[in-house]
Amino acid sequence: MSRVLPRPTVVAPAAHRRALLGARRAGLLHRVLVWALLLAGSVLFLLPFLWMVSTSLKASDAVFSVPPRWLPSSFQWRNYVDGWTILPFTTFLRNSLIVTFANVLGNLVSCTLVAYGFARLRARGKNVLFLLLLATLMIPREVTIVPRFLLFSEVGLVNTLWPLILPAWFGYPFFIFLLRQFFMTIPRDLDDAARMDGASHLRILWDVILPLSRPALATVAIFSFIGNWTNLLDPLIYLRSTDLYTLALGLNLFRGQNFTQFNMLMAVSIITLVPVLAVFFLAQRTFIRGVTLTGMGGR
Amino acid sequence: MALVSTAARGHLRIRPKVKVQLGKQARREELAFYGFVSLWIVGFVLFDAGPIVASFLISLTDWAMLGDPSWVGGANYERMLDDATFFKALRNTIYYGVGSVGLGVVTSFLLALLLNQPVRGIALFRTIFYLPAVVSGIAVAILWTNILHPDYGLLNAALARVGIDGPGWLKSPDWSMPGLILMSLWGVGGAMVIYLAGLQSVPQHLYEAAALDGAGTWRKFWDVTVPMMSPVIFYNIVVGFITSLQSFVLILIMTDGGPANSTLVLGLYLYRHAFRFFDLGYASAIAWVLLVVIMAITAVQFLAARFWVYYEADHAR
Repeated sequence: MSRVLPRPTVVAPAAHRRALLGARRAGLLHRVLVWALLLAGSVLFLLPFLWMVSTSLKASDAVFSVPPRWLPSSFQWRNYVDGWTILPFTTFLRNSLIVTFANVLGNLVSCTLVAYGFARLRARGKNVLFLLLLATLMIPREVTIVPRFLLFSEVGLVNTLWPLILPAWFGYPFFIFLLRQFFMTIPRDLDDAARMDGASHLRILWDVILPLSRPALATVAIFSFIGNWTNLLDPLIYLRSTDLYTLALGLNLFRGQNFTQFNMLMAVSIITLVPVLAVFFLAQRTFIRGVTLTGMGGR
Repeated sequence: MALVSTAARGHLRIRPKVKVQLGKQARREELAFYGFVSLWIVGFVLFDAGPIVASFLISLTDWAMLGDPSWVGGANYERMLDDATFFKALRNTIYYGVGSVGLGVVTSFLLALLLNQPVRGIALFRTIFYLPAVVSGIAVAILWTNILHPDYGLLNAALARVGIDGPGWLKSPDWSMPGLILMSLWGVGGAMVIYLAGLQSVPQHLYEAAALDGAGTWRKFWDVTVPMMSPVIFYNIVVGFITSLQSFVLILIMTDGGPANSTLVLGLYLYRHAFRFFDLGYASAIAWVLLVVIMAITAVQFLAARFWVYYEADHAR
């Protein structure tokens, strides 16, 4: 809300100058106040991160000190290596990478196709289907977890990575909605021109729509990446063998077994957060545009 | 945002059925449409609609995961009526939802107002406030278990500095829920960004007109900003409630519903029955009640929205 000052055009010069000076002083005061509030808030929001880093560098016996100390007496960089090797985290990392990339790819392919149908093609029953798509956005996940589990167990896929991957290849309503909204903003004249040349729908999607939709595709990829990288519920339900564990599940195992080794737990947590933070910082603009486009706010 | 504002007004018109012979071209287009959306239709049937119907049927049976289901009719629902733990979970779910969404809406809106001010370094501030919303998941759960620790935690240490003897947080039946709600506030950045976008799209001429009428900052806020933002606030409340239900995974890790079931929410209760007691019938009954509860809450919100949410298009008509 940038303040709008009425333009003092017909005020007498002296009064004018006084008013302007007052406004400027009020503006300065206002700005200092805003700045102070922002600074205080930022410190509050950053402290947990700093605490995480600080804990990860402490020696084991220094973790539970009263009162807590911010600076470790000696920096234990080894915690990162020791924590990582205490459990097969490299295997977990591999599983997380497989699951995450299979999901990103699956979401991109399936949601693009479905969104094109909803954005560009006319058919009877389309509106009903779109309404159903929107309705599924309102259904909390836990309502369907039992039958989904039974489904995957019926086909013998429990304790494999498939239950974590397959659903992504059948479209995800949020992403379909996001892409459809975006496709709708692309002028139809462009498709028409391509169609004149005898292009098929797939060709139009590939040659016309997709090149213009890079920001939306990036948004889907980022959301999908972060959502799957941090997903814990599905791994918890479907994975039994340790060698199939994802990073999130591995961290949970670590936590259960070595609760007192908080320093290493924090170190490994930080390692798992690095890709998320990297993606966020690299694609911050796209990310925030995506949030506002879908109204999907992170968690 | 567009999503809810359209749905809220019931504007998704379904065309009346008209029997027409489609031309060859139109028929081909229709075929292409169903080709393109077929993936999602299969997914919808397999992973959404099918499971919802199935979970209702399962809720009418007694089914231990390894055995065969036997039909028991409404017995699971009757059992629920006598299940004090279920009602506790229902209460906790609403407690957490109202607490985290209520405080979250206020916090994120105030932050967005602050971040909409033209001061130096604003981009950096926006990043800082948004960051925690990105890093959800188990790492955050572990971090906050530590921060909220009654003896070694950062929060109680800070409170001790100002002379307050901090509560037991996750170890105390009375303070565990406030602790979780506090943690959820750390992630308000997502809602905040949505407000920020909303604030930036409020037409400037409205503020100019208000200023000409002699409105001060306060009046402008209540008479321009709040009504113009009400659809966004509404959206964040509806979505916030639904996502608050999903936090049960974090709760599972942090407290597992304890102490004394003080943080047991419906999602967690369902999970317990399904994957620990292998009582699929009862778990599915809980799932259905949960579905009904969320639909009721959403319906109430949509009804209430008529009285406080302002849609420009409605007035322009």
